[in-house]
Amino acid sequence: MRRLIALLPVGFFLILAAYFAWSLRPGYDPHALPSAMIDREAPAFDLPTLGGPGTLARDALLGQPTVVNFFASWCVPCRIEHPLLMHLATQGKIRLYGIAYKDKPEDSARFLTQFGDPYKAIGMDRDGRTGLDFGVYGVPETYVLDAAGHIRKRFVGPLSEAAVNKELLPLLRQLGSP
Amino acid sequence: MIVELGHFCLILALFVAAIQTIVPMVGASRGHVGWMATGRSCAIATFVLIGLSMAALMHAYVVSDFSVVNVVQNSHTDKPLLYKISGVWGNHEGSMLLWVFMLSVCAAAVALCSDNLPPALRARVLAVQGAIAVGFLLFILFTSNPFQRIAEPPANGMGLNPVLQDPGLAFHPPFLYLGYVGFSVAFAFAVAALIEGKVDAAWARWVRPWTLASWCALTIGIAMGSWWAYYTLGWGGWWFWDPVENASFMPWLVGTALIHSSIVVEKRDTLKTWTILLALVTFSLSLVGTFLVRSGVLTSVHAFATDPARGMFILILLLVAIGGSLLLYAIRAPKLQGGGLFAPVSREGALVLNNLLLSCGCATVFLGTLYPLFLDAMDGPKLSVGFPFFNRTFVPLMVPTIVAVGIGPMLAWKRGDLLGALQRLWVASLFAVGVALLLLYLTYGSHVLAVLGIAIAAWLAGAVVAEWAERVALFRTSFGNSMGRAIALPRAAYGMSVAHFGLAVFVAGVSASAFGQEAIEVLEAGGSMRLAAYDIVLQSVDRVPGPNYTADRATIRIASGGATIATVYPERRFFPLQQQTTGETAIRTNLMADLYLALGEADAKGNWTVRAYWKPLVPWIWIGAVIMAFGGLVSLSDRRWRVGAAARARRAAAAAPAE
Repeated sequence: MRRLIALLPVGFFLILAAYFAWSLRPGYDPHALPSAMIDREAPAFDLPTLGGPGTLARDALLGQPTVVNFFASWCVPCRIEHPLLMHLATQGKIRLYGIAYKDKPEDSARFLTQFGDPYKAIGMDRDGRTGLDFGVYGVPETYVLDAAGHIRKRFVGPLSEAAVNKELLPLLRQLGSP
Repeated sequence: MIVELGHFCLILALFVAAIQTIVPMVGASRGHVGWMATGRSCAIATFVLIGLSMAALMHAYVVSDFSVVNVVQNSHTDKPLLYKISGVWGNHEGSMLLWVFMLSVCAAAVALCSDNLPPALRARVLAVQGAIAVGFLLFILFTSNPFQRIAEPPANGMGLNPVLQDPGLAFHPPFLYLGYVGFSVAFAFAVAALIEGKVDAAWARWVRPWTLASWCALTIGIAMGSWWAYYTLGWGGWWFWDPVENASFMPWLVGTALIHSSIVVEKRDTLKTWTILLALVTFSLSLVGTFLVRSGVLTSVHAFATDPARGMFILILLLVAIGGSLLLYAIRAPKLQGGGLFAPVSREGALVLNNLLLSCGCATVFLGTLYPLFLDAMDGPKLSVGFPFFNRTFVPLMVPTIVAVGIGPMLAWKRGDLLGALQRLWVASLFAVGVALLLLYLTYGSHVLAVLGIAIAAWLAGAVVAEWAERVALFRTSFGNSMGRAIALPRAAYGMSVAHFGLAVFVAGVSASAFGQEAIEVLEAGGSMRLAAYDIVLQSVDRVPGPNYTADRATIRIASGGATIATVYPERRFFPLQQQTTGETAIRTNLMADLYLALGEADAKGNWTVRAYWKPLVPWIWIGAVIMAFGGLVSLSDRRWRVGAAARARRAAAAAPAE
């Protein structure tokens, strides 16, 4: 028994090391996790909007290629990504909707007054239900939806300038974004 | 020339460290005194060689030698001297060199301050340290050479990331690394003890000062990092549960547990295998932290340039160091003799509880940090992490921990009296309830959890004072008698009290943040806004030149009740080289609260966004951390560390009344 307990730490470590080795495999990019949702219809949602009456529903996004960004005021990488979103939105390059993930409305509002509001509308996903449906790991995550509401691409973690120029914008153009 | 010398010194250090690993280890198992003694001279030689290497790189930075790739990528002639020096460790290659330099500092310190160690134990400890140095020197020389030359040197360098050009960050890495690497001494002692199959009170007594010293350095290092984040990042937060922060926090938690469990080994000769395991795990977590930060496996705001080849190399290092030591543990630990028994309610019991809670705390942080990796591998259910996760898991674990910190020292060894201890803490309880009621009254019952946090802090502070009063028999004997006892108390006891008091101060600072207020407004010159009891007037914003940036400097007058209290100058600095803007906040503190001002962007009409935060007790977070570290230093100055039992006997024989 004593012997078995003494073996626990090294066993635990070996499992951990296997995970580490796995995550270092060639061609693996921690930023580009695949999603089971790719090319499927985006999950339906109907969320109260931030600071206004009414709701933000999935069906409101249809008709044009759209970018949906999950963010939260408590999330540090979101602040890193934010200036890029501001730039893209003010230049009119993307049609951007926000979903505030597990965040209090007053905190989200404060975040947006502080750093600027790039979103056409923001849905408040207080309990993270919509995030769960989308398969969000954490924030920020960004999804590209085509005009019919199918998820075409998912970005995990903060968007980088390179990812925007090489992947996001070409994809939107291909989907027929004006 | 100097650069090549630095490179050669590093290569030479690798060979000396290899000798340091093999010869003393073989010598110790064969009982060969001469072979064992090489450990000492090798450790000192490694230290000198790596020191020279470090000096060579620093020289290249100071004279801006742009024939070195590392200098080109991270320095610039216009950079102030302080940042030319700190730029040495502001990048991957240089920071690894600093890491291994700190390791050699620790090994040399062990070599020089180990007169009272048995020669075989010392030889094995130094050999293990040598092995770690070999691993990391190989890593630097093969994957991250800081002395790489460039064929056609450019006229100037690319400069250091502006965010890193800050005095607070200049000294943050050396302290942090000293803490990380200092735990390698405890690790080496643990491995040596497993090889020898002997752990006793003397062993604990030798390990404890090293652990304490590294713990102090790590505490200061983490506090500096968080203080830096607080005043530069400009949104008033001070801890973000970022993977890199967590990487330094995990060894701190387990290291804290180690300090406490080694007391039990020293005083009661029990809990040995657990303490050995903690010593192994503490340093292992430092290594895992290095891996996480350097391999780019996890995305982080702090991420340096990362490279999978480096990740693989560090992973192999981890396998050898951690896997090897834990395997040794699995083989040898069951053979270690257990010691004295104790009742669940006793000082030992309290320390075990402390260990359990701290380890669980560390496990939650570990899980929260690595969850993306695990979930991705299992393709399992999705969770969210970040502030909500840690607030719900880690914080509730720490509440009982802090309560237990107050009670533990009141319990006797072997068998304690919980009810009696609580009775003797009635003053502390009364104090805590009083503070809570007063706060509830003042804040109209908003933020009940924050009030609870402050009440717990008050309780702990009261308990610390009560414990001291108990020890010196305050009010139960004459005042003079009590003072006599107070002077006679060992420094270790004072160290504990001071550190626990620091924890109370820290907890109060953290809890009070809920009472903070903030205001964000767009102001024109001469405009004003109101926050807490202050009027904040934006007088002007001027463009001023800096050494390698231009700044928009706001002049802001802070007034209270019509009278000017202070004028502060928050800035936005633009670094043309990197095309990057950083904020320089202005913080006005009276130690009870901070008034924190940050300058935002200007709009088209030339009006400026001004963000102001009023943060009560927030300075206590860092004051508390510094008090904790100071407590560690006080305990470290206790004479019983310097005078080991064996050495005392020898010195008494030599008739030296030096004490």
